[in-house]
Amino acid sequence: MAGMLDRELKKGSAELLILSLLEHRARHGYEINSLIDQRSGGALHFNVASLYPLLYRLEKRGWIQGRWVEKSGQRRRRYYRLTAAGRAMLKSQRGIWREFVAAMNRVTGMENA
Amino acid sequence: MPDWKHQIRSRLSGAGLSLARESEIVEELSQHLDDRYQELCRSGMSETEAARAALEEFSEEELQQQFSRREYAYSQPPVLGADTGSALGALWQDLRYAARLFRANPVFTAAAIISLALGIGANTAIFQMLDAVRLRLLPVREPQQLARIRIPESHGRTGNFNGPYADLTYPQFEQIRDRQQGFSSVFAWSGDSFNLNRGGEVRKSQGLLVSGDFFNVLGVGPALGRVLEPTDDRSGCGSPVAVLGYGFWQRQYGGKASVLGSTLTLNGQPFQIVGVTTAGFFGLEIGRAFDVAVPLCADSILNPEDHRLTDRFTWWLCAMGRIKPGWPLAKVNAQLQAISPAVFRETVPPAYAAGEVKHYLGFRLGALPASNGVSELRSDYETPLWLLLGIAGLVLLIACANLANLMLARASAREREIAVRLALGAARGRLLRQLLTESLFLSAIGALFGLGVAGLTSRFLVRYLSTRETHVVLNLGTDWRMLAFTAALAALTCLLFGLTPALRAVRTPPAVAMNTAGRGLTATRERFGARRVLVVCQVALSLVLVVAALLFVRSLHKLLTLNAGFQRTGILVVNTDFTRLNIPSAQRLEFKRELLERIRALPGVEEAAIAMNVPLGGNFSNNNIFINGEKKEPADLNQVSDHFFSTMGTPLLAGRDFDNRDSLNSPAVAIVNQAFVQKYFPGSNPLGKTFRVGDSPDQPHPLTEIIGVAKNTKYDDLRKDFPPISYSPAAQDREPDPDARMLVRSTLGLGSLMEEVKTAIAQTNPTIDLQFRVFADQIQESLLRERLLAMLSEFFGFLAALLATIGLYGVISYMVARRTGEIGIRMALGANRRDIVAMVMREAATLLGLGLVVGAVLSLFAARAAAALLYGLKPDDPLTLIASAVILAAAAAAASFLPARRAARLDPMTALREE
Repeated sequence: MAGMLDRELKKGSAELLILSLLEHRARHGYEINSLIDQRSGGALHFNVASLYPLLYRLEKRGWIQGRWVEKSGQRRRRYYRLTAAGRAMLKSQRGIWREFVAAMNRVTGMENA
Repeated sequence: MPDWKHQIRSRLSGAGLSLARESEIVEELSQHLDDRYQELCRSGMSETEAARAALEEFSEEELQQQFSRREYAYSQPPVLGADTGSALGALWQDLRYAARLFRANPVFTAAAIISLALGIGANTAIFQMLDAVRLRLLPVREPQQLARIRIPESHGRTGNFNGPYADLTYPQFEQIRDRQQGFSSVFAWSGDSFNLNRGGEVRKSQGLLVSGDFFNVLGVGPALGRVLEPTDDRSGCGSPVAVLGYGFWQRQYGGKASVLGSTLTLNGQPFQIVGVTTAGFFGLEIGRAFDVAVPLCADSILNPEDHRLTDRFTWWLCAMGRIKPGWPLAKVNAQLQAISPAVFRETVPPAYAAGEVKHYLGFRLGALPASNGVSELRSDYETPLWLLLGIAGLVLLIACANLANLMLARASAREREIAVRLALGAARGRLLRQLLTESLFLSAIGALFGLGVAGLTSRFLVRYLSTRETHVVLNLGTDWRMLAFTAALAALTCLLFGLTPALRAVRTPPAVAMNTAGRGLTATRERFGARRVLVVCQVALSLVLVVAALLFVRSLHKLLTLNAGFQRTGILVVNTDFTRLNIPSAQRLEFKRELLERIRALPGVEEAAIAMNVPLGGNFSNNNIFINGEKKEPADLNQVSDHFFSTMGTPLLAGRDFDNRDSLNSPAVAIVNQAFVQKYFPGSNPLGKTFRVGDSPDQPHPLTEIIGVAKNTKYDDLRKDFPPISYSPAAQDREPDPDARMLVRSTLGLGSLMEEVKTAIAQTNPTIDLQFRVFADQIQESLLRERLLAMLSEFFGFLAALLATIGLYGVISYMVARRTGEIGIRMALGANRRDIVAMVMREAATLLGLGLVVGAVLSLFAARAAAALLYGLKPDDPLTLIASAVILAAAAAAASFLPARRAARLDPMTALREE
């Protein structure tokens, strides 16, 4: 299964994945990575080397915002949450993705499969 | 657990990140790897395998490739004081930082803002008032061309004087109008109050009687309909017309256009409304706004008894004109001088005696600039207002000194902060700019609140100056010049005292500042000295203000409690006017008699009497006294009914009261007061002595016999000494007016008494006009100026003392904090708590003593400016000075005792450890 997804496609959809995961609550990097792993049943997996630069890029664009949070008895972690701009972006990317998948299905005749 | 940090750092080395950013990323990534490693271990992997698997997650090339875009190279985290490049952004940053600082020091901020706001607000408000009554030009066309025509040296004028601007008689105005050449046109006007009701209680309106050219010369047009024209002001007046003031039109008619052509009742007579003047025009008197303007000719309709249009003896007009272009004032004056002999020759009052005629013919006319109108408020309140402006200015100074003290204290507290920031690489200029922003921010907030305070204060002042009789209307636009000036003063203070120490701190090498182990540099004798000088100044200035306050309060108290010769409370003044009943002159005395008896018969009425002039009621008359044909100084006159003295509570010391023996057919009699006896018949028994009041060849006043002596009373002014007064019986009035002023003393409440009187008079005749005044209120109103001064100076004095006390408290607290170590040593060496308190209090006493001495000297000079406004006190009254010093010293002692006690409670060990 893992080999089915092209590296490029993965990269294009990575932003959408991260934004979706942050939609309802703030999460730290490891949590994001684990959730992608779990929910995709291991089909999708990020390297540390690609996840964090991506997070920083999203932060730089103002879609998400990272903050160091210290909880008692734990090391401090950087939590990311969705900004208003990120929320808007998530909405539009979801729409594009839906259209893209629908188009793919129509062209490849996959809907009957 | 393996330490990833080194590995991560080496993999990031090529990415060109800033040090701060890199360490942040290292922390975050190593955290991630820890989590991953632990998870792998939990799933059963060996530690070495887990470590390798975790590291495989990121290859060096991939990471380098990702970061090489440099998209992630963060900008530096903001270091305050570092130059951020954008000026506006920096300003915003400074403001936010300042706001945060102020929030963190609420007491400091509140003290600074409140003292600034009160100082700025009070100054602006009082200046606004001064500007409105003194400096502003009339809202008419080219007001600087206007001049008032009057007799500059008018001493010795005799006759009837109506209103505060009684410059001329109507015959004189006619002569001037026809003979003058320096003006393109002249006009005359007179203020009066017109009754809007027909019968019953009087409803007054501010009336203006104007000659035909009035509006044309002033260049004032209508907002509706038309203004008065020369054709409206003609002899006889025909069917008279009226023009409304804009405010009255809005209040009374809701600004409706249908008012044109409708009828208005003034003193019971119908007037047709023909127009409304423009909104900004209030008349020519500052502080009053006219309601209705009617032509001068209507005076014969409104006040038919007075004959003011022909009488040469009644002064009631104020004349003004517009100077011709090219005529300097000196030339206008010369021309008026030249026509004066003719003007006065043609208008000699027929009743004048030879001596009076000679004096009258010597009068000369002159022109005075009238660009800012006429004003009673101005003459009454200009000096007090300047004085109050001075007082408010001192308060602002004290407030500024307080602010300076606070800023100095804060600057010393922040020296370490500034040093740390300098050490971290903040630019000096940038730091200074930030301190500057803080100062300006503080002054701006102070000024803003000051604006609010000013608005409230000036509105309060106007309301305070308005009485039942006179409604003060002033144009109090916010005075931006004054506000800007005071705000600039406050900003300058902030800058000077906030920035000077900051400058020094910025120049000090950071290492030095930080090495002083928490003790700021300001604690040197030199800079601490600045704060001590400020406190001494504050104490001195506030002593001046407390002295002023006590002087004015004591003056007022003396006026309120002095024995005026009559009782002040429980008397109702009832003014009745029965002009419209058209009672023939011969029957009026009897009518008044009946009216008085009706009032006396009311249940609860103890005493009632008729008087021509109610003491301190604003009316007065006087005339020359002749004894054995020899002219003496004038005396004050009154005409009263029987029981006047018992109603007023004034004892008769000798002789008898007026009674039914005194009538038109009996010899003329009078009751005089002690001052009269002393002045004209010193050292003899006055009863049976005779004199004449006034004299003229064609109207010999009857020889009057003194039948009684009354105790001295005040007449028209509480502040004046007891004047000589002669009372004549109302029953011997040969020319009774169709009105009666009654004084009623009753056990009833004033409200129910008024109702009873109203009913009783309406039963006599419902068309009688009626007006009530409470005697005690009337006295209060006559002391308006004193009350205003006392109240405001009291407030300012209190404020000043409070500010100075706060200042002293601050300095002493600071001194205690600075000398904690020393106090510890002293206590360790055996000083007891009392010694410590004494030491601190000595310090406070030195500052206070110095301040009081300087303040006492200043007070002696300053109080002289107020001498004319005091009653029964000398400006250098020692009791006042001592009392003020004691009050201030007590407050200051209390303020310094707090830090002294704190010092005495120090634990010597703790104090020493701080060193």
